[in-house]
Amino acid sequence: MILAGIVYFAVCALVVLLGAVGVVASRDPIRSAVSLLASILGVAGLYLKLSAEFLAAIQVIVYAGAVVVLFVFVIMLLGPDAGSRVEPSRARPSRVVGAVVAAAVALAAVLLLLPRDHGLTSFGEVPAGFGGIEAVGGHLFTRALLPFELATALLIAAVVGAIALSRGRGVIPKAPPPPVNPTARMFGGPVHPRDAGRPLGEEGMR
Amino acid sequence: MIVFGDAAEHFVLVAAALFTIGAVGFLVRRNVLVQLMSIELMLNAANLALVSYNRLHATEMTGHVFAFFVIAVAAAEASVGLAIALTFYRLRSSVYSDEADTLRH
Repeated sequence: MILAGIVYFAVCALVVLLGAVGVVASRDPIRSAVSLLASILGVAGLYLKLSAEFLAAIQVIVYAGAVVVLFVFVIMLLGPDAGSRVEPSRARPSRVVGAVVAAAVALAAVLLLLPRDHGLTSFGEVPAGFGGIEAVGGHLFTRALLPFELATALLIAAVVGAIALSRGRGVIPKAPPPPVNPTARMFGGPVHPRDAGRPLGEEGMR
Repeated sequence: MIVFGDAAEHFVLVAAALFTIGAVGFLVRRNVLVQLMSIELMLNAANLALVSYNRLHATEMTGHVFAFFVIAVAAAEASVGLAIALTFYRLRSSVYSDEADTLRH
């Protein structure tokens, strides 16, 4: 039982980190997307280990089901232009920044791993119902109600913004020009004898 | 006796490594799509840390709710970011961020 837990954590952590490396190191964006999928599923596995079942489900549904699919859609839309050629190499400053960030976090990781007098921090017992949908939902709809409503506004704004951005010019056909006959526009019908024979459609009702 | 994978440090370590990989990917790669994926990696790392610390203080659910909101924001960010990438591709026929230099001069 204990061994199973160790193996589970090791496999999940390995999938997460190897997937992340695959995202960054793959030249083909579609491979990056698949690696991102693996990494996200690994994170969902770690959530299960942390007894956060609801978040694990949300992670799989939202990330693996929506975000990665969106990435794949865009990559397929761009086709072979989505990054097949060799990237131009980075200028020196950004390489230095990347190296410094990596070194700083590696240092922090080593400090975390150093043996200390109080040892590692154990998680302890899981309270009943921890991480389930009832506990999270109870918190979400009582103490976090205002941010929850604001999140809906954010999602609406994001949807409208994404549509407005990606629609582009020239994709939507232009609206037909307004009718030239001002009498028809005002009265909604043929007032002039010249229009008597025409049906009251299209131009007349506009 | 705390075994491997049963301590908060192990999870925080995985989160830190994931964040580092994402940050380095964002800084080193120039493909906009891969940069957006690196942002997703970093957000996932933050979520993992939040959930780990919430597991440590198991009487509250604040970390889970916070991670939930981070997921919502990440979904919104991915949709808008990919729309911007598509628009950029229409304008410049490129997906490389170093070619977005119209405002540079």
